Formats: sequence, structure tokens, C-alpha cells
Amino acid sequence: MCRNCGCDTTTAATLPPDTENREQPREIRRIDVARAILESNETIADANRRHFDDRGMKVVNLLSSPGSGKTELLVHTLSALRGKRRAGVVVGDLATDRDARRLAVSGMPTVQINTGSVCHLDASMIRRAIDVPEFDDLELLFVENVGNLVCPAAFDLGEALRVVLLSVTEGEDKPLKYPSAFSWASVIVITKVDLAEAAGFDRAAAMANLRAVNPSAPVVEVSARTRAGLDDWISLVLRGVGTDGRI
Amino acid sequence: MHEASLIHSLLSMAIDHARADGAARIATIGIRVGELSGVVADALKFAFDAATIEGSAKGSVLEIEYVPARVRCASCRTAYHPAEIPWTCPECSAIGGDLVGGRELELSFLEVM
Repeated sequence: MCRNCGCDTTTAATLPPDTENREQPREIRRIDVARAILESNETIADANRRHFDDRGMKVVNLLSSPGSGKTELLVHTLSALRGKRRAGVVVGDLATDRDARRLAVSGMPTVQINTGSVCHLDASMIRRAIDVPEFDDLELLFVENVGNLVCPAAFDLGEALRVVLLSVTEGEDKPLKYPSAFSWASVIVITKVDLAEAAGFDRAAAMANLRAVNPSAPVVEVSARTRAGLDDWISLVLRGVGTDGRI
Repeated sequence: MHEASLIHSLLSMAIDHARADGAARIATIGIRVGELSGVVADALKFAFDAATIEGSAKGSVLEIEYVPARVRCASCRTAYHPAEIPWTCPECSAIGGDLVGGRELELSFLEVM
């Protein structure tokens, strides 16, 4: 894997050596391309999506700032699904396997991706991570992205559901400050709602700000610690998985 | 923050297209960058300059076309530039809508010789 960006490329693409006579001025010509720079990521993401669809696996990509409670939400989600659903997790961090160790307590298959200095997961990292037998027969795969509200939103992984978390301690104006991440979400989870009062969280302002950048995504309010809202969250995740979204 | 990896992808694409065209050198790489693409033009230029000190794109110039964001009003479907947040429709004053432009991040054209 490339050390700079995590891509599959091992050698840089090159042009053939220039053998023409440099005394002759050359004509400049234009080539129209109009292709997405992340086209190679999108191609791999589409292949991932087909892989997941073929296996009936629903993939949920979770995105938030560092410390919004992605891992804690997943720990409690996996605990609720234990023995009832076949779920697994891919978790991305720059370093350490601490999150994977927390999540592995659930007994569900868990793979940690260490991205080094890379600020996001991309489709090729997911393709490599899922290439293990434990992930062949899952109904649900959660992908905990690198904690970052900017870059991960640009990289399709082949997921079915894009979830953005906003914790009450971050402040209600976060959707306005990071509109690209929040407008990209298909589900929004407000986390740590047990701390809302202590944090002085203005719920109405937060909802107005979320709606300003994303008018349609369902919003669920959860406290992983008190389990408030956890069932609502799980039923959203399970929509389309097995029988009618119920655990 | 992922500008360096974007430039890496961009240069691979540019060199592939130039090679397919039988070019010996790339003079200009033209890209389109949406207002809400999540990348910063200055950081792209910085990463581009660093990545083209050597290699097949050495000496080429990065030309950035900036694409403003466009929102389609959730209520009256008017398309407008969201100049302020919350996105407010200039026609009907409704808040919010679907983003229909401004996420672009593409290799637009090359000038080669």
C-alpha cells in the first residue's frame, strides 16, 4: 500500500522518455477529460457495494468529530444485537487498536484499520479489510470512520447508510460550520443526550441548524449510557435487514 | 486535509491520459473544485507543487476553476447560490434544500505537448 495516501498504487505513473528534438518548438494541444479525481475510489466503492448486495449485507458508515461517541454507540448497538444479528465492525483510526479492542468485547468480528497519517477511510481500505472469512456471512457491517468531519465525507466506501453523529457537548452550531458532512448524511444521530442539560445544549437551535443543511435525513437522539433512544437508532439501522427492522 | 492524496490521484489520472494521447510533456492540468468539495485550493496548490518537483508532471501548472455551491429550494425548487447559512431561498425564503452543485472535484482538461 502507498504510504502517502493508502492507495493501491505502488509505483508512480510515468510518461515515456522524451526523445524528440528539443530544438523544435512543440505545439500545445488540449485534452478534455472531465472525470472525477476520486473516480478510482468510486469504482472500487461500486464494486464494494455489489459485493455487499450479493451477500445481503447492509453497510453503515459512521462519521463524526473525534470524541462524539461513535465507538460507545457501536459498543451498545452490538451488545443489543448480540445473538440476534450477525454484525461486524471495521474501525479506522490513525493509530492504535484501542477501538477494536473495545468493540471486540461484543464477540462480533472486528477489524482495525490504522491509516497512519491519512485522515479518512477510502474504498480500497474497506476492500482489503473485508477480505477475511469472518466477514463473509454478515447481515450488518458497521464502518467507524476516522474521527474527522471534513475529509471522510468525500470518500464513498460502498455503504448503504451514511450516518453523522453530533454530540450535545459539541454545540448546536456544528452543522452550520461543517455543512458538507451534515448534508451528506442519510441518518443523523445526536449523541450524549443525557448530558444535554449540563452542556446547555439548545435542542431547538440544533434541529433548526441540522434542517438548514439537511432537510430530510431522520434525526435520532441517543444516550448510549442510559440507553435512551437506542431502540430507535437500532430500528433505523435494521430497516431493510431481515424482518421489518425488528431485532 | 486529504489534498496530498487527491493530488496523487490527480497526477496518476493526468499522466494516464497524457500517455494515451502520446504526449511527451504536460503543460497544464485544469481541475474544477466545488465550494463544498471539502478541499482548500491553497492546500491543493501546495501539495501539487510538492508533488511535481520531480516526475512526469514536472514543470506543469495547476489551473483551478472554482465551482460555486448550488442549492435547490426544498419548497419552490428554485436553484440558488447559498450565500449564507442557513440556506435561505431568495424566492420564497424557505430554509434548506438539496445540494445540486458545489461538490465537484474533477480533472477537467490537460494541455500537453
